[in-house]
Amino acid sequence: MIEIDGITKIYGETPVVDNVTLTVDPGTICVVVGTSGSGKTTLMRMINRLVEPTSGTIRIDGEDTRNVPAYELRRRIGYAIQGHGLFPHRSVGQNIATVPKLLGWDKPRIANRVDELMDLFQLDPAQFRDRLPNELSGGQQQRVGVARALAAEPNILLMDEPYGALDPVIRAKAQEDLLAIQRRFKTTIVLVTHDMEEAIHLGSKIAVMDKGKLLQYDVPQQIIARPATPFVAELIGTSERPFRLLSLGRVADHIEPGEATGTPLDAGVSLRDAYAELLWSGRPALPVTRDGAVVGQVTLAQLSRLAARPQ
Amino acid sequence: MSIAETAPTTTTRPAWLALDKIGVLIALVSAAGAALPFALFRANRIVLGEPKSLLAALPAPETTILVAVLLLGFAAALLRFSARIKLTIGFLVLAVLFIFMGWSASYLTPDGDTFARVSPGAGFWILAFAFALLVADALTRLKFGPWQRIAILFAVAAALALLLWSGSWNDLSILKEYSTRAAAFWNEARTHLALAFGSVAIAIVVGVPLGILCYRVKAVRAVVLNTLNIVQTIPSIALFGLLIAPLAWIAANVAGASAIGISGIGTAPALVALFAYSLLPVVSNTVVGLQSVSPAAIDAAKGMGMTGRQRLFGVELPLAFPVILTGIRIVLVQNIGLATIAALIGGGGFGVFVFQGIGQTAMDLVLLGAVPTVALAFAAAVVLDALVEMTSRGGNAP
Amino acid sequence: MKIGLVVRLIVLLLLLAFLVSPQSFAGFFTLLTKNNQPPIYNQGSLLDLTLNHLAIVGIATLAATIIAVGLAILVTRPFGAEFLPLSRSLANIGQTFPPVAVLALAVPMLGFGTAPTLVALFLYGLLPIFENTLTGLSNLPSAVTDAAKGVGMTGWQRLLKVELPLALPVILAGIRLSVVISLATATIGSTVAARTLGEVIIAGLLSGNTAFVLQGGLIVGALAVLIYDALSALERFLMARTGQAGRAAA
Repeated sequence: MIEIDGITKIYGETPVVDNVTLTVDPGTICVVVGTSGSGKTTLMRMINRLVEPTSGTIRIDGEDTRNVPAYELRRRIGYAIQGHGLFPHRSVGQNIATVPKLLGWDKPRIANRVDELMDLFQLDPAQFRDRLPNELSGGQQQRVGVARALAAEPNILLMDEPYGALDPVIRAKAQEDLLAIQRRFKTTIVLVTHDMEEAIHLGSKIAVMDKGKLLQYDVPQQIIARPATPFVAELIGTSERPFRLLSLGRVADHIEPGEATGTPLDAGVSLRDAYAELLWSGRPALPVTRDGAVVGQVTLAQLSRLAARPQ
Repeated sequence: MSIAETAPTTTTRPAWLALDKIGVLIALVSAAGAALPFALFRANRIVLGEPKSLLAALPAPETTILVAVLLLGFAAALLRFSARIKLTIGFLVLAVLFIFMGWSASYLTPDGDTFARVSPGAGFWILAFAFALLVADALTRLKFGPWQRIAILFAVAAALALLLWSGSWNDLSILKEYSTRAAAFWNEARTHLALAFGSVAIAIVVGVPLGILCYRVKAVRAVVLNTLNIVQTIPSIALFGLLIAPLAWIAANVAGASAIGISGIGTAPALVALFAYSLLPVVSNTVVGLQSVSPAAIDAAKGMGMTGRQRLFGVELPLAFPVILTGIRIVLVQNIGLATIAALIGGGGFGVFVFQGIGQTAMDLVLLGAVPTVALAFAAAVVLDALVEMTSRGGNAP
Repeated sequence: MKIGLVVRLIVLLLLLAFLVSPQSFAGFFTLLTKNNQPPIYNQGSLLDLTLNHLAIVGIATLAATIIAVGLAILVTRPFGAEFLPLSRSLANIGQTFPPVAVLALAVPMLGFGTAPTLVALFLYGLLPIFENTLTGLSNLPSAVTDAAKGVGMTGWQRLLKVELPLALPVILAGIRLSVVISLATATIGSTVAARTLGEVIIAGLLSGNTAFVLQGGLIVGALAVLIYDALSALERFLMARTGQAGRAAA
């Protein structure tokens, strides 16, 4: 659990982060979203003390972060940034091994952990372990960056625009990988982005920041349905609201009995994708399959109701 | 060092009442300078000097004033005053130091003794260095624009000229060396300037077109740059020497060559050698400058229908100009220094005094050659740096 | 590239052959002499002078490297940050001092001989190394330095494991520059009685013997070219090793 309590950072005269209070529950993903200059990155960097707060406290699992030396604190918190920040003079394996080495793990344990993580991120250890980062593609570098952040099994992971430099296809894959890993290790993640789509897709809760202030901190449904200020509404995009709302649900949760005709949809797809498919096919309903077997149908009427502003 | 990276400071003291780290260094250096001999007295030009401390080098009233001014400078360095105050006090201390050095020479020289020599001691040099540091630090912090920097340079030069013209330094040994060879001094000064500026001028006339050619024709580039690179590795005295033979041959065998001043020894080989050294930086900076012009600008110029010539003069050369000018700055400063070597082959210049001085172990004579050289090189660097900055507005900085 | 390597090898072999047995080249150098002047330097061993020349340059460069890198590290730490702007302008001003002036001004303090040459080469060699180390340490990609902090490295660990290894090629470029300047400047040291190859050149100038001037100049030139190339190759190797092939050396 991360408790941010009345945190403020002032550079010169201007507050970059202004009295922000929020709590990130263990095992959830908190996405901090805002435009550039909103203070979102500064807020995140105060958690591992890359920036020292002017006032306020941050507690991790109840302990004030100022009670440990900054470098020790940082070794316990994973950190992945845009442009990955890999050490160009060290091999992929050495990069991933950075924090375990700093923590003084023994060699076999480090080697095992490196191979385990590389497998997890679909990078063949034999092929990639001894390569230098500049011999990898952008997507591979990004995966190594996250693998490095997770190397010492931290229970908190900070990510600063981790997918900013990736093209849309690779980004979608990386996002799915992150969700899978988060579900598996129950890591608490704080992720900073300017992309509301990404925030809604990944966030258990979303914190919207503007000019150093925390405007709203809530689950995605509430952010979409009840934006606290016009700025939050603008960030979501008024014309996007119904679709963003749909993107949060899965077909599996809204299967109706009945037999529709047409190309079946998998129960795992999002309601938004199902809605698009219905509109495109020109049919009022489509069959839903789970593991190949038809289990019911999803209807345009039902989705239209779900896309309406929640009461 | 990572634990307390930023500590908020909330103090009620005035901002200037705190120690300045650079000031501590300057204060330490100047304290050492104050403790070392301020002046050296010698019964004649060659004998070993007799050190005179700060207290013994001047009559009591002057000493008091000097010490008071030094203490003021000490405080200005040590505390966190604004850069403007530091600059003003720094210049004030330097001015007082220089003026009092002249008075000290008059005070220490016995009346009517023409053999006695007084020269600045280690203490004076270190004090001057310390407060020059204070001035340099203040100037760096104030980030003056190019015109202001040139103005300051001229003001300092004018102040020095006034000091020399007033005659208050006439009893210092370096000026005694000067007064016995004033005519020769100005003669060598002209030669020195002609060598340094003449060689750079020829290098510009030849080097810029050659650079443009290298930029346009890749095959030429490798050959020219490699050759010039090798020329740069030949030590200067050897290159000066090696040119003696071919130039002597030209003087003897080419009609009219000796009439225009070409000869084996003297200024001609020196000029050619300096020119050879200047060529590489001018050519390579021209190439680099042209290469660094953004492809988008060239593309746009092509797109608007400019011919190759129009592109070169209208777009590429103006954008590359600051980089070319940087190359010229490098060679001008370098050649002002290298021109001293010309003296070894009878080419004249300030090097004449340096090498004569080394030969006679007369340090003041070495200084008579070295100080104007350093001052010239420094002034050239300041002026050309300012020009580079003025021309690189609008991007494409070197 | 291949041809270049062959040429360099030939230059190296010729240089070694000439230093070991200069008399076998007498025939060639006789062409440059008049009135039965000796074709080969005869006031001392060329090999000795070369080794002495290299030793002076080596010692001065080593000392300059240690001090310059140390100072550059100091002013790029938070503690020394206040000194950074001043030290930059001092390095800039320092480079306007002509080597001859530095040498001449070192004589009154140290007398004649090797000492003033060593000091002048040391002082003059400091500047390029200091400047390049500053550039190397302050132009690191910010994502990398940020990551080094973020993974919990202490200041020392960041310096030794990330910053210095990444800056090494640029530092080496500074050392290369410094060595080449020093090799040439050391010849001037002979005007204050340092035992360097300058002796050969000056002897030639004094007696009007072009053969001396040429052999002195050629040895220094060949040394400079070979050392320059060797250090450039080392830089390229380190660039590739540190995965920065794209970053240009200063």
